Amino acid sequence: MLHVEQTADRCIKCNICNTVCPVSAVTDLFPGPKYEGPQGQRFRAGIDTGDSPDKSLDYCSACGLCTQACPEGVMVAEINQVARSRLVADRGGLNLRDQVISRPSLMGGMARPVAPIANAVMAARPVRLLVEKTIGVHRGAAMPKFSAMTFRSWARSHKAPAGTTRTVAYFHGCAAQEFEPEVGAAVVRVLERNGARVTFPKQGCCGLPLVSNGDFDAGRSYATRLVRRLRGSADDPGVIVASSTSCGMTLKAKYRELLGLDDPDTRAVSQAVYDICEYLVGLDDDGQLNRSFAPIRARALYHPPCQLMAHGVGLPALDLLALVPGLEIERSRAGCCGTAGTYGVKVEKYQIAMDVGRTLFDQVTESRPDFIVCDSETCRWHIAQATGLPVYHPVQVLDRAYATA
Amino acid sequence: MMETDVVVVGGGVTGVAVLRDLALRGVRAVLVERFDLGTGTSGRWHGLLHSGARYAVRDQESARECIEENTTLRRVAPHTIEDIGGLFVLLPGDDEAYAEQFVEGCRASGIPTEELSAAAAHRREPLLAPDVKLAYAVPDGGIDSWSLLRSMAADAEARGCKVLVRHPMVGAERDGDRITAVRVHDAVAGEDRTIGCQWVVNAAGAWAGEVGRMAGVPLKMIAGKGVMVVMASRYVRGVVNACRKPADGDIIVPQHEVAILGTTSEQVASADDISVGLADVDRMIDMCAQMVPAIASGRVLRAFAGSRPLYVAEPPADGGGDGGGDTREVSRTFTVVDHPKLDGLDNMYSIVGGKLTTCRQMAEAVVDRLAERMGVTEPCRTATEVMPGADHGPHQVAEPLARVERDQAYGELICECELVTRGQVRDAVASGLTELEDLRRKVRLGYGPCQAAFCAWRAAGMLAEAGNGPGPGGDQGPDAVVGLERFLEERWRGQRPTIWGDQARQALLNHAIYRGIFDLQGAGVPDEAAEPSTPAGGSGGPPGWSPGGAGEG
Ligand SMILES: Cc1cc2nc3c(=O)[nH]c(=O)nc-3n(C[C@H](O)[C@H](O)[C@H](O)COP(=O)(O)OP(=O)(O)OC[C@H]3O[C@@H](n4cnc5c(N)ncnc54)[C@H](O)[C@@H]3O)c2cc1C
Repeated sequence: MLHVEQTADRCIKCNICNTVCPVSAVTDLFPGPKYEGPQGQRFRAGIDTGDSPDKSLDYCSACGLCTQACPEGVMVAEINQVARSRLVADRGGLNLRDQVISRPSLMGGMARPVAPIANAVMAARPVRLLVEKTIGVHRGAAMPKFSAMTFRSWARSHKAPAGTTRTVAYFHGCAAQEFEPEVGAAVVRVLERNGARVTFPKQGCCGLPLVSNGDFDAGRSYATRLVRRLRGSADDPGVIVASSTSCGMTLKAKYRELLGLDDPDTRAVSQAVYDICEYLVGLDDDGQLNRSFAPIRARALYHPPCQLMAHGVGLPALDLLALVPGLEIERSRAGCCGTAGTYGVKVEKYQIAMDVGRTLFDQVTESRPDFIVCDSETCRWHIAQATGLPVYHPVQVLDRAYATA
Repeated sequence: MMETDVVVVGGGVTGVAVLRDLALRGVRAVLVERFDLGTGTSGRWHGLLHSGARYAVRDQESARECIEENTTLRRVAPHTIEDIGGLFVLLPGDDEAYAEQFVEGCRASGIPTEELSAAAAHRREPLLAPDVKLAYAVPDGGIDSWSLLRSMAADAEARGCKVLVRHPMVGAERDGDRITAVRVHDAVAGEDRTIGCQWVVNAAGAWAGEVGRMAGVPLKMIAGKGVMVVMASRYVRGVVNACRKPADGDIIVPQHEVAILGTTSEQVASADDISVGLADVDRMIDMCAQMVPAIASGRVLRAFAGSRPLYVAEPPADGGGDGGGDTREVSRTFTVVDHPKLDGLDNMYSIVGGKLTTCRQMAEAVVDRLAERMGVTEPCRTATEVMPGADHGPHQVAEPLARVERDQAYGELICECELVTRGQVRDAVASGLTELEDLRRKVRLGYGPCQAAFCAWRAAGMLAEAGNGPGPGGDQGPDAVVGLERFLEERWRGQRPTIWGDQARQALLNHAIYRGIFDLQGAGVPDEAAEPSTPAGGSGGPPGWSPGGAGEG
């Protein structure tokens, strides 16, 4: 396997990456994946110190569509991320805003004891203005709601059913832990409906927000800690499911590709990780999926997150949702909703994120679904904020269909 | 008839350095070059600003010349230099006794070395082979000969000297023991001219023997061909050499955005033999991959060859014949050939041998001799007088990226690989360039991995629009389409020995573009490309076209 930066050599300048880039389509501030990726890389190689000159790199949202589109195997988005990490290192690290938004577990941990107050405060317009002015988080950007109860405390009081046929470890990540314990609960119940005993290995943040904001060193220390904690589950039960698309991807490949972690432990953990929908479709392929879903009479729009493409597993959620009787599913025409993790919350990028999301938002306005389904949490928050509609994880829909069955 | 004091024959670095030296001493001079500046060996070389370390064991005279000039050029022409340093790496199996001789040789020649542990060497060069045992750091550098040539020529012209490109010397008028005039062919106007002169300096490099013949003196040059391979990206931060007796494939020089692997050393019959054998390409990659393994699977862009201008006062005992031998044994120092003394030709000197790194010193030596004869007392000032452009400081690889970023010129790229903007091409065209080849040497158009898939037709359009070389049916210059085909043919020629993997995919895309969309015949077409053009002679090429297709450097 080639080192990420060396894949730049494969570029034949065909431009396909530029045609799929959602960011350069809406702003001139980002010159496009070909320019920043394989082209820029040739000029950055050999720089060991000093400022990397192409600050425009910072406008890459790291959605990764370019890498998926490249017929030659250039890891365009990853090249950009590596280069951005150099920019960040040159600047002496992340600014305060990026430090904060890169540490969801820290944010959640601090706000939890006062969650209702924190949510009320964060909903107040003057506060958002202040936050925008002081640290640069856009006043209109979607903010997750702090949850008073963490996923793990829900799990502790949850009573697992008896008579299981398989065991699965669950990597819930920060989103379920701090902000959406209901998604984690749905994952557990759906797995249990399929005869699984679910374990909750000690875990923590995977470090993805740090990595995509460019702080690779901090990301690496999060990564090694998490690998250590999940290492046992990689052997037993040998399956670790993740409900966050991008955190799952981080475990599957980004530790190796971006952070250069290629030790046997990291590899073992990477190989054990499955996206929850990928895992369920796998069960179905083996004829082992519990298909007794009650009908849901509704129209939903499914938006596959950009990061899902990188998993290379197709659109498993779509396959699963198709099993729910009565549910009418329309597929999103957009490659990306715009927010790409923490990109869209930044004051200088919020408008870009909204413009990128326009394709999706317009489709929603046009077809007026009852709700929207999307695998990735930051996308859900962004889409909900922009459309005013409820947005669910696919597993939440399955959970509903099982519950009423 | 044009009149001047000194005619300098040959527009490589040596001839142009001679011209500048003369200019700085206030002497009137005209330089004649058969094609364009730097289309001989000075455009087909490795790009290494020698520290001298490569010669430290066997040729300390050359080593000392190199380190002196290395220091001098950094002072007077920093903008042509990439200050990247170099390593000599010791691999398993390399002779440790040689390493000791190496260190001692460097010390004796005045070349600073620093021993680096394997770990320190890997920190400096992350892609170095894991089994490198230790390394020595030396003050090698990279140098851009186009930029050096341009600066020296501009300085000389600003001081009243003249450069005539596309003016091959075709004969000499002699009056007894003196040359009274040099006959040249004006290849643009298509007519012969004479330049009356008092003195002649023959700086025709590997072709100096032919100039000698025209002047009626014997001068035996050996053409020492060297093959080099261009990788699509840099791989290394600084120069990487093998710490062993100089041999094939023992050096990697990063230059601008590419790395150049080199080289071979083979005596050939003609300096115009710049053919590249596939076996040489393979060997170069295999050998260099011992030092930097990633090279083995990397993308190879092109291969090219150049001829070392080697001079032997006495042909070697084995006949010094017409081909076959390794020419590394011939000293790399330079010689001022004193035709007045040796051959009774009273007003010509030849300056031959040497290296690009020592061109200034070579010029000083020959001009000192000449000045003494001419009664010019002005001392040489080329070692202290900085060149135009020097205030820019050393060249940085990332400069083009910074330039485009500063001007927000992302949408203005004509050559995407080399980040050449519309503005740059427009300026170059406004300065009178008529050929895509000239644009390549001036702004690096078409050098990059895609080998002109997109830039050539864009730039050809700009050339045609500007009226430099009218479109089809025009009568004052090359047809735009013909010019485009010629340029592509040259790009293709260098790629032919390296068509596999990524470059093969690129060639197919280029084929689709030029054959499929533009309906050009032959240009860059994998299935029916002609044999590499025959070793170029001095004639037959269209105006401004260098048959050598010179210049990777
Ligand atoms: C493979 C290789 C690698 C090298 N690597 C290095 C290196 O890394 N570092 C280094 O310092 N040196 C290196 N050298 C050596 C260096 O390139 C040469 O010593 C140097 O370029 C010679 O310059 P020159 O001006 O003497 O000759 P040239 O550059 O050959 O100039 C002679 C000029 O004379 C012109 N000419 C010929 N006949 C006529 C005529 N009849 N009328 C008018 N003009 C004529 C030619 O067109 C040519 O432009 C290398 C050489 C080779 C071959």
